[in-house]
Amino acid sequence: MAHEGSTAALDNGRRKFLNWFLSTTAGAFLISVTYPLSRYLIPPKVEESTASTVTLSIKPNDVKANTGQIFRFGSQPAILIKDTNGELKAFSAVCTHLACIVQYRSDISHIWCACHNGHFDLNGRNVEGPPPKPLEQFAVNVRADQIVVNKRG
Amino acid sequence: MENESPKHGKVWLWLDERIGLSDLAKLVKKKEVPLHRHTFWYYFGGMTLFLFMIQVGTGILLLLYYRPSAGEAFESIQFIMTEVEFGWLVRSLHSWSANLMIFAMFMHLFSALMLNAYRRPREMTWLSGSGLLGLSLAFGFTGYLLPWNELAYFATRVGTEIPGILPVIGPFLRRLLRGGDDVTGATLTRFYGIHVAILPAIVTVILGLHLFLVQKHGMSRPPSVEKSSDEKKMPFFPNFFLRDLVGWLCALGLLAALAAYYPAELGKKADPFQPAPIGIKPEWYFMAMFQTMKLLPSHILGIEGELLGVLGFGLVGLVLVLLPFLDRRAALARWSLWPTAFAIALIAYSIVLTYLGYTMSPTK
Repeated sequence: MAHEGSTAALDNGRRKFLNWFLSTTAGAFLISVTYPLSRYLIPPKVEESTASTVTLSIKPNDVKANTGQIFRFGSQPAILIKDTNGELKAFSAVCTHLACIVQYRSDISHIWCACHNGHFDLNGRNVEGPPPKPLEQFAVNVRADQIVVNKRG
Repeated sequence: MENESPKHGKVWLWLDERIGLSDLAKLVKKKEVPLHRHTFWYYFGGMTLFLFMIQVGTGILLLLYYRPSAGEAFESIQFIMTEVEFGWLVRSLHSWSANLMIFAMFMHLFSALMLNAYRRPREMTWLSGSGLLGLSLAFGFTGYLLPWNELAYFATRVGTEIPGILPVIGPFLRRLLRGGDDVTGATLTRFYGIHVAILPAIVTVILGLHLFLVQKHGMSRPPSVEKSSDEKKMPFFPNFFLRDLVGWLCALGLLAALAAYYPAELGKKADPFQPAPIGIKPEWYFMAMFQTMKLLPSHILGIEGELLGVLGFGLVGLVLVLLPFLDRRAALARWSLWPTAFAIALIAYSIVLTYLGYTMSPTK
């Protein structure tokens, strides 16, 4: 009897060890599959354009008053506006609500987002509708017949 | 051989011995559909399945010409619509059938809800069904981008920005969805892979489970019918199946008419450096959410309106999914008011907001 009991205890110990061994192996295998898989799904960082200044291809005199147009600021869209007084202004064209691209409404002199009806005034402030934050404003300089737009600060 | 049932031919017998046809036949014979005054609502599940099969068929056909890259996607669909014979028909069927399928699915969902079909022991049927609804909306959302036109581009910018609002994990989720920081060709390829491979694979498994559970438990009889001990039934095959077929034929007729008279449009090619077009709108089944986002003010009690909106949608979705576990009375086979009231409120809200979405002036 004593002999049989010790065999059972031995078997039990072996069973436990084998179960532990098997489950850790299965766990390690699972991790070795899911880790590369999840890393693969996360897109790699692409070098972002760090340009903090851009020279536009359009001449200042060719921009009509009370109009706006989209231009490329690095990889992002931005908007250049000439207000009714002839002053040039530039903002990020990405709406602060849900990232649609804004446009200039000459009828109300607002920057306007068609997606969810967000309004910004010509200082970029969110004045009406759902946008929670103002648009980022850029500095516009006219140098020797060229429009140069800079990030502020 | 003489001992075998005389009504089956040699081929049937040969197959039966190898794959067990008679077991299947027994299973089909056993299936019955309860008859009562709400039987009509049973048709919408099968209808959804039928439209899904059309989606698979037309989707495979579209794959033969479609090219998933920012430079070629729009042009390849233009090619399908103008050069490929009956290309316009295949794409229009795919687009219309998608809409009808979502509609049939909502009918199926709300009828199952109102008839308390989610109660014990069908909780898993309800859960797998809500999973299928989520997957179908994901199908719609990813498929909408594939033509790479203006509407698609902005709908995707907005749609992928929405999870981006969530604190902490938002930006990560947005990057994961877009395949980068912005909506680009990388997003198009990603959505294409999701639309034609990942979602179909998951749907196959969950749809299999859903259909298996429907066979296992049989059709649910609403509590009012259960109480009346009215046990009228109809064999599924061929009686109910033939009625199903009539419904499918009607759906096919409607589908063909819609595709022929209102072929799917393509619009203008997406340009990431153009403002969002005036009057931009998503698919109709996202319209109520879209309009909600439009009407929410920028801040409510100091919290950004958009965040509250997204949390609200999430909460409604969660209540819907967990309904079998929230409705304690249904577990005791008793009818309770609030799920019905919740469903009616949800339907009414969606109809009003969708109506506003289509009728409010886009520039005001």
